[in-house]
Amino acid sequence: MKRIVILGAGTAGTIMANRLSRLYRRELRTGQALITVVDQDDRHVYQPGLLFVPFGTYQPDDIVKPRHGFLPRDVRYVRAAIDRVAPTRNAVYLADGAALEYDVLIVATGSRVVPEETEGMTGPGWRENVFDFYTPEGSAALAEKLTSWHGGRLVVNIVEMPIKCPVAPLEFAFLADAFFTKRGIRDRVSITFVTPLDAAFTKPACTRALTYLLKEKGIEIVTEFNTGSVDGAKGELRSWDDRVVGFDLLVSVPLHKGAEFVSRSPGLGDDMGFVLTDPATLQAQVRPNIFAIGDATNVPASKAGSVAHFQGELLEENVRRFLAGRPIEPSFDGHANCFIETGHGKALLIDFNYQVEPLPGRFPLAFGPMPLLKESRLNHLGKLAFRWIYWHLLLPGRDLLGVPARMSMRGKRSPAPAAPEPRAEPQTELATTAR
Amino acid sequence: MTTMLLANKDLEVDAEGFLTNPAQWDESVAVAIARDVGIATLTDRHWLVVKFMRERFLTTGTAPSIRTLGKESGVPIKELYQLFPKGPAKLAAKIGGIPKPKGCI
Repeated sequence: MKRIVILGAGTAGTIMANRLSRLYRRELRTGQALITVVDQDDRHVYQPGLLFVPFGTYQPDDIVKPRHGFLPRDVRYVRAAIDRVAPTRNAVYLADGAALEYDVLIVATGSRVVPEETEGMTGPGWRENVFDFYTPEGSAALAEKLTSWHGGRLVVNIVEMPIKCPVAPLEFAFLADAFFTKRGIRDRVSITFVTPLDAAFTKPACTRALTYLLKEKGIEIVTEFNTGSVDGAKGELRSWDDRVVGFDLLVSVPLHKGAEFVSRSPGLGDDMGFVLTDPATLQAQVRPNIFAIGDATNVPASKAGSVAHFQGELLEENVRRFLAGRPIEPSFDGHANCFIETGHGKALLIDFNYQVEPLPGRFPLAFGPMPLLKESRLNHLGKLAFRWIYWHLLLPGRDLLGVPARMSMRGKRSPAPAAPEPRAEPQTELATTAR
Repeated sequence: MTTMLLANKDLEVDAEGFLTNPAQWDESVAVAIARDVGIATLTDRHWLVVKFMRERFLTTGTAPSIRTLGKESGVPIKELYQLFPKGPAKLAAKIGGIPKPKGCI
């Protein structure tokens, strides 16, 4: 009998449960396969919606549904906290002491924000003038604050990379600009974006587009700022090298870590609790019968739902091969695809992978092309439509409007030769991917 | 793969100058890379961090994060930023001759 255990019933875990239950439908019916999904609660949060809650576009209830409603009937759903994985025994131990043995384990427990890791962040002023928006509670509290705020210095801050959806903090700043303009108090609000990176984003072409938008919207940017502490009472954000940014309202994206049990599982994770994972095969380093997917891994891809979707298709194939005793394939290329809300009903679209940075052009979809790296209304409608797509196509593990799991160069324009970089290799990789 | 001539050695490096073969490292390489990134002299405190970083990478296969460095290397985070301005984990990895720590996007 094949025993598959999936830890986590979020985006990636739910996708895998649906894909594998289809793949092994017959074996599940005849008792030759057993799929078990473990999660500690039954609240599935549509995380891309968290960005819209503070501005009243979505209500907190709009973005939460029961997890079990999206899992197939022929998988076993265990509601329990996880104590640890014992890789050498092929077993998962639950908090109540019960053991789940597996032939294949898939870790899909995502990442979580840990505001307590930053000195002072959860001290005086927490959820009064210091907020996060990466949790349902934080985004709901911030929504209340924003409707009554009279203006002042708004600071949007990233504590440390990596974070989920690396563009969300920028989107927050763009949407705040539009929100306060609409409320008629934009002239009484200053917006400052404070980042540990050396620019608005990590990749050149995308950074240029985003830097232009920041300027256009009157948003200041402070770079290479490594947040050391927060003082809500004084309204000060302080870096480790003693630079200070004053605020009246701080919206911070706290440090991220993997699930706690990862650190209690020998050899499974790095020191932030992210699963040590092969970036191309998604196999865990610790043991060949453990795989990881989505935000839970340490692979250098974006922590985004689109990545979990693309990985899902390839991981299904690798699990199938592994259980059939065949070699697995190094097929994941780091493909990510994200809408970037820019306010006033517009958005950008970016599509990239490990080697190819987000490029301009037109993105081919089943119903027609969408502009890449350029503001448009169509992209904004795409982002809003994505909530429906998420629950009805993405979680069930279906094909998404003809978007392939591996990134395609179709419609993309190569970077302008304006900024010559002494790197010959990415060019060849680009050509290979373009095939 | 690129090579870089430093401390009289042909070193294999990535696009950002991180050693891709940690075995090519020795203390003279560390001193040369440190000068290259603007650290004129490596003090005992620098060496403590660089060697901890390298040791941890060679035994576990991953470079420690800035938080682990602060908790376990014996040098607090604040001082790490004084020793290696702007990016302690990145700079200590570079000087210690190990690959660039993952983390950014």
